[in-house]
Amino acid sequence: MEMIKNMNKNTRANIITYGIVIVAFVIMQALTSMGAISNSMIGLLVPITAYICMAISLNLVVGISGELSLGHAGFMSVGAFTGLVVSAMLAPAGLADPIRLAVAILIGGILAALAGLLVGIPVMRLQGDYLAIVTLAFGEIIKNLLNNLYVGLDANGLHFSMRDAASLGMQGGNILINGPQGAAGIDKISTFASGFVLVLITLTVVLNLINSRSGRAIMAVRDNRIAAESVGINTMKYRLMAFVVSAALAGMAGALYAMNYSSIVPKKFDFNTSILVLVFVVLGGMGNIRGGIISAALLTILPERLRFVGDFRMLIYAIVLIGVMIVSNNPIMKSAIGGFFERFKRRRDDDDDATQLALSTEGGDAQ
Amino acid sequence: MSFLTNLINGISLGSIYAIIALGYTMVYGIAKMLNFAHGDVIMVGGYLCFIVVSHLNLPPIAAILLAVVGCTALGIVVERLAYKPLRQAASLAVLITAIGVSYFLQNSALLIWGADPKAFPSVVPFPSLNLFGGQLTISSITLVTVLVCVLIMVALTTFTSKTKMGKAMRACSEDKGAAQLMGINVDTTISMVFAIGSGLAAIAGVLLCSAYPTLMPTTGSMPGIKAFTAAVLGGIGSIPGAALGGVLLGVIEIFAKAYISTQLADAIVFAVLIVVLLIRPAGLLGKEIHEKV
Repeated sequence: MEMIKNMNKNTRANIITYGIVIVAFVIMQALTSMGAISNSMIGLLVPITAYICMAISLNLVVGISGELSLGHAGFMSVGAFTGLVVSAMLAPAGLADPIRLAVAILIGGILAALAGLLVGIPVMRLQGDYLAIVTLAFGEIIKNLLNNLYVGLDANGLHFSMRDAASLGMQGGNILINGPQGAAGIDKISTFASGFVLVLITLTVVLNLINSRSGRAIMAVRDNRIAAESVGINTMKYRLMAFVVSAALAGMAGALYAMNYSSIVPKKFDFNTSILVLVFVVLGGMGNIRGGIISAALLTILPERLRFVGDFRMLIYAIVLIGVMIVSNNPIMKSAIGGFFERFKRRRDDDDDATQLALSTEGGDAQ
Repeated sequence: MSFLTNLINGISLGSIYAIIALGYTMVYGIAKMLNFAHGDVIMVGGYLCFIVVSHLNLPPIAAILLAVVGCTALGIVVERLAYKPLRQAASLAVLITAIGVSYFLQNSALLIWGADPKAFPSVVPFPSLNLFGGQLTISSITLVTVLVCVLIMVALTTFTSKTKMGKAMRACSEDKGAAQLMGINVDTTISMVFAIGSGLAAIAGVLLCSAYPTLMPTTGSMPGIKAFTAAVLGGIGSIPGAALGGVLLGVIEIFAKAYISTQLADAIVFAVLIVVLLIRPAGLLGKEIHEKV
């Protein structure tokens, strides 16, 4: 107990976050093996882990680096479709499924990182809402290009085309990506366990980055760009670093997500998906990794739980969203919650939580 | 002649974008928020007009008026209920709320009117215009769209520069605190901006659905995003900028469809936006604000 008390506050917070993820995984695994959860819920397990990864990765850009990105689903789709192609190429090699999945996810992440770098270099020249609209534009461009991408695999290797499936010049083989129809006949090799591992990896990467020298530089740029620049921080470099790492993690999540379904279309990763992930981040508290994880899980389950209301499902989701935003930003509610934490803090007689709280609210103001 | 036809179609489409972009730009100018629900107000305007024409059998002009009144009221109500409580909140919170409103409107439309596309009746009962001995045909809706857009631009520019309310709007977008000290009711002014923006969205909705006559709950999303892009292209917060951005975007989109690739037209439109923003980071007519240390 004494050891935990003396620990660095960041280390302690991080251990709690890892703990929550691990405990949630163990509980879900136990419930699944006992047959205590419904089939629709089991079908949601991999998407939940993928969305958690997305939420963590977007939090790095929006919460930690303070840039509003509205095109994160674009990187997810780059990873998803790259992962599919890699997985199909590896299929004849006879590798075990987890290894094939790992390679596919890794290469999906690398390609998404490249896309992130290409997008990031022009994007980082802009700021604020202009930056947001350009990320939106890039997201739409990526979707549009993938909508016109045809990839086939035969004995001669890969064939690419931007026109139609006929111009691939295939001799037998399979069409892997068929333009707007997307990919079909995917090997469903994603599992809940692999999703859990990916969440842990994403979490480790982001938490270690935040608590490193680079992470502090990124946050310094967020809090005051000019001040950071004047103490010799290369603002472009650190903003780009957060953006590219985030894109890579989003690509990995995308590969995991895609290989959970037998077919997937480029339209799945549109503006609405980017917004969905942004909602996870904002509701969880900007820059608060743990909050993002929890809200990603809850908000993925919520529409499923609301199935009994039928067509009113998304309407209720919308009302909940507006309601939560209004209540959580209400000055009276805010001071009530703040006061609650204040009391809590005094009882613990150390100021860790206050700094934590102050950090998360300041993150909210930084644009 | 096909070049001229494309140009005219582009200007017409651009005029619709420009009218929508006005709503974005005015709201951004005064409330500094990206109102993502604006595109769905267009859709509501389209449905209102559709209902009045096809079920109540009223003349088109009555339908348009009712759509404008309905959307104006909707704009005011949404602002009161969803955005006003967040006046002091972080801008991202307002953004998420706007997205919530957008979901709300889309799904309400889905529940009320169903998911199947409705065939929108034409509200412009004039024949097409034939020029150069029939070589160039301009549909009446194209002409009406451009005319309406010009009228709105002139009216709005006069309104913001000459009337008391218009001046109050400009004052509020410059400095809300100072405007309040000068006795301007900031809340009323912001409501007014939402009302005007939503009324314009209704007109845009009617024009859009007349030119592209399918009406679905998601009809407004893509034109909404494009018009938002147009507003940013022209310099967000600037009324002439919205007009310029809208028309440019429409022309580029139609030309890209006609001469480059139908499928890649959207990518080209967004690529143009990116290039423009890299050269002029505040848009074509936007004011560049230099940061002070």
